[in-house]
Amino acid sequence: MNIDDIKREFPIFDDKIKNNDLVYLDSANSSQKPRVVVDRIYDFYTKEFSNVGRSVHYLAVAATNLYEQTRVSVQKYINAKDKDEIVFTKGATEAINLVANTFGQKYLSEGDEVLLTELEHHSNYVPWHFLRKAKNIKIEFAEINDNGEVTLEAIEKKITNKTKIISVSHLSNVTGAILPIKEIVQMAHSKNIPVLIDGCQGAPHLKLDMQDIDCDFYAISGHKMYGPTGIGVLYAKKKWLEDLPPYQGGGGMINEVKKEGITYGELPNKYEAGTMATAQVIAFNESIKFMEKIGIQNIEKHEKELLDYGLEKLRKNNSVNIIGNPKEKGGVISFTIEGVHPHDIATILDEDGVAIRAGHHCCQILHDKLNLPATARASFGVYNTKDDIDKLDEAINKCKKIFNL
Amino acid sequence: MDLKDLYQEIILDHGKNPRNLGKFDNYNKDAKGNNPLCGDNVHVYLRLNENKKVEDIAFEGHGCAISMASASIMTDMVRGKEEKEVKEIVTDFLGMIKEKDSLETNILKDDEKTKLMSLSGVKQYPMRVKCATLSWHTLTSALDNSDQIVKTED
Repeated sequence: MNIDDIKREFPIFDDKIKNNDLVYLDSANSSQKPRVVVDRIYDFYTKEFSNVGRSVHYLAVAATNLYEQTRVSVQKYINAKDKDEIVFTKGATEAINLVANTFGQKYLSEGDEVLLTELEHHSNYVPWHFLRKAKNIKIEFAEINDNGEVTLEAIEKKITNKTKIISVSHLSNVTGAILPIKEIVQMAHSKNIPVLIDGCQGAPHLKLDMQDIDCDFYAISGHKMYGPTGIGVLYAKKKWLEDLPPYQGGGGMINEVKKEGITYGELPNKYEAGTMATAQVIAFNESIKFMEKIGIQNIEKHEKELLDYGLEKLRKNNSVNIIGNPKEKGGVISFTIEGVHPHDIATILDEDGVAIRAGHHCCQILHDKLNLPATARASFGVYNTKDDIDKLDEAINKCKKIFNL
Repeated sequence: MDLKDLYQEIILDHGKNPRNLGKFDNYNKDAKGNNPLCGDNVHVYLRLNENKKVEDIAFEGHGCAISMASASIMTDMVRGKEEKEVKEIVTDFLGMIKEKDSLETNILKDDEKTKLMSLSGVKQYPMRVKCATLSWHTLTSALDNSDQIVKTED
């Protein structure tokens, strides 16, 4: 694959940003959008718009078909058994909230334990915290090791006979650690514990096979997969979606509504109340096709090359300290510079068009553990090149110069 | 826009070696502030004597060069001033960071004003304004005996 050709498919790189060529190293936060996705939204609104699933007129039927086509594309992309196992949400955050809320309602009571890890994003902690407040459940955290990984053993160690669900990241957005999710699921299932995988950072970068991983739930963020904002996916095994109560009530999710009572709709409608992000769902199909065209194996290989190059380069740069050293690592490099606060790094890099993130990256538990208030983070997408990493390195040197290091 | 406006020598100096960093025993007013988006935090301690004069002031916390320098310069500047004067300086400073081109208060000497104006570079970096203002809002909160933790995000 030719990265220059791929990069040209992203209109954001056409023009200078603040007089600089954009070096976008913030894809773990959100990826840029290829032209096909942007065009699809425009075309849908200008030529094909209608709400889905309600009316019988031509546009409504066509829009419904398009909307459902994305469901099938996602199903195939992640190799889910059934298209009804794909629920659209407003993002991965809502997907996790959906599980925490409905599973919590039905299966968690006082004293029960939910097992997370220390590297979880806030979106895989706060929804469970709500249950801690409402139901007095306990939240346990499997520990990270010195490499910034969470091992199978670390998770197993925290399991008790009160553990009712395990919810872990596929790929850490700070250390880049890829968790052994298949082994975690196998081990958990041997103890009859269901597993939710927060796949925000997994889905854009790794090959997914739900039937092989065998997890109970997998949360996906659309906007990190070159797709629009406002769209996410909850994959859940059909048995759970049939078993758990609905999440939100409203139009579209019902079967029959009477004064005396209400019956709920079939899957997948049961979990898609109200008017969904129709245009975004339809455009998300283009993101999937875009990734399929390049091939996830090629994306993985490219990002691994960038990661190896980036790690080598930054390790050589004195006073740069890379956070974590996991054996299995995705395209994320978090770092600090001795004597320069991450926010100052980010501002100085930005001056040369190098866009990174600084802060706790929504992982305060992890930063507390590392005893760091904040880190700087460069993260890769399919459009990044080695040249981008050279520019990052140069900008870091400029930063050191300003701070007299 | 120039990084040199933001990272002036005086900012780098105060950022690297903040004055009045720490805590002293006989403070009678204090307040905490934090910036939830970036994790910066500051705790301001001060002692007002019977004449409402700031006898001593110090701060604890961590943050970027801008926020540390701002707290450092602020604490230097208000020591020995009366509460009323401190409040005038705070209002003047926040007004300058927000919209005004210069400082207007007569309480500060010209060289003190020059020192404070070194923080005016953040005006060109809207995301960094809160770094410069956090300790000032926290100082106000300490003077007002507010129990509320100052947050830069509402």
